[in-house]
Amino acid sequence: MNHLAAVLPSVATPLFAGLLSSPVGVAHYLVVGAILFTAGVVCMALKRNALGVLMGIELVLNGANVNFVAFSSPYLRGEGAASLGLDGQVIALFVILLAAAEAAVALAITLNFYNNHATVDIDRAEDLKG
Amino acid sequence: MMIAVLASSMSMLGSTLLPISGPMAAVNWHSVLFLLFAAVACACAVAVVLADNVVRMAFYLVLSLASTAGLFFLAGAEFVGAMQLMIYVGGTLVLLVFGVMLTAQAPFVAIKTSSSDRVLAGMVGAALLAVLLQAAFRVEPWRRPAVAAEAAPAATPIGMALLGVRVDEPAAGVPAAAVRSGYLLPFEIVSIHLLVVLVGAAYLARAKRRRTPRAIDVAASSVGPVVEARQAARSSASALVSGGGR
Repeated sequence: MNHLAAVLPSVATPLFAGLLSSPVGVAHYLVVGAILFTAGVVCMALKRNALGVLMGIELVLNGANVNFVAFSSPYLRGEGAASLGLDGQVIALFVILLAAAEAAVALAITLNFYNNHATVDIDRAEDLKG
Repeated sequence: MMIAVLASSMSMLGSTLLPISGPMAAVNWHSVLFLLFAAVACACAVAVVLADNVVRMAFYLVLSLASTAGLFFLAGAEFVGAMQLMIYVGGTLVLLVFGVMLTAQAPFVAIKTSSSDRVLAGMVGAALLAVLLQAAFRVEPWRRPAVAAEAAPAATPIGMALLGVRVDEPAAGVPAAAVRSGYLLPFEIVSIHLLVVLVGAAYLARAKRRRTPRAIDVAASSVGPVVEARQAARSSASALVSGGGR
């Protein structure tokens, strides 16, 4: 620990001194939410496995949840900024519940497709188009 | 409350274990924990995109969602963080892992995407990320450091709000005369929605009985004389009915 205490400031001071010593705000949480959302969108667009697409949907909903919780938080609000208060947390709870329901139905559809076509490759699901 | 206790205990831990020099004394442990959880969440989300094996994707997704629950705890939303751990990590991800195991035949564990698609998706994702980051840093009050706040535990106000009664203080920036509605109707809608989804998922994923044409042929041939007699009786009865109609 002494070694860490000696090394950490010299290495990380130019880059992380501001981040480590100043409190985080809403913008930090928004960056995390943006990265999760983008990763989810790219995952939905890129994966050929149907379960990979479902995981991308979970990531997108999770990024939106991070934003809701950040805007509702009493700890992150700057001076003079408005807050969602409790509403953001309740909406985040609803999003979690709807994501669970969506995952259940989508997984049932995927298993049904797997039983009928013996594959989970969504590029081979062409006879599903109306 | 919990965050303050956690931060103070961590700083006490630091002051007893570490010889406090100048820069280490100024470390904000709330920010350190935030950076830790945020780094794990973002790195595992990117790893979900980059991994080809679907089992590893599920594992990285578990790590990412659990770190996000840690971020919720740091933001003061203890109840939402606990629900994230219980419903998402404990329920939805177990469901997904069961789906992975049920469909994990050898050719489907790792389905490759073509490299041109990867490049195109990377460009689109970078553009989307640039737009979102610009929006995140644009509003001035979001970038300011947070003011010290003392907040009550959120489980009781959330439960009362779901019953339609608001017991929490109005948020800063909201006029006091604004109508603050409860969440009784959305709560009921979500309840019915979960019931319908439960029935629908059980109906979609049920085990079907196999009725091959071969078995039907065998059954028909074994009861052939009975069927013929029944058809003869039906044709005579229909002739009788049509004749009576005339």
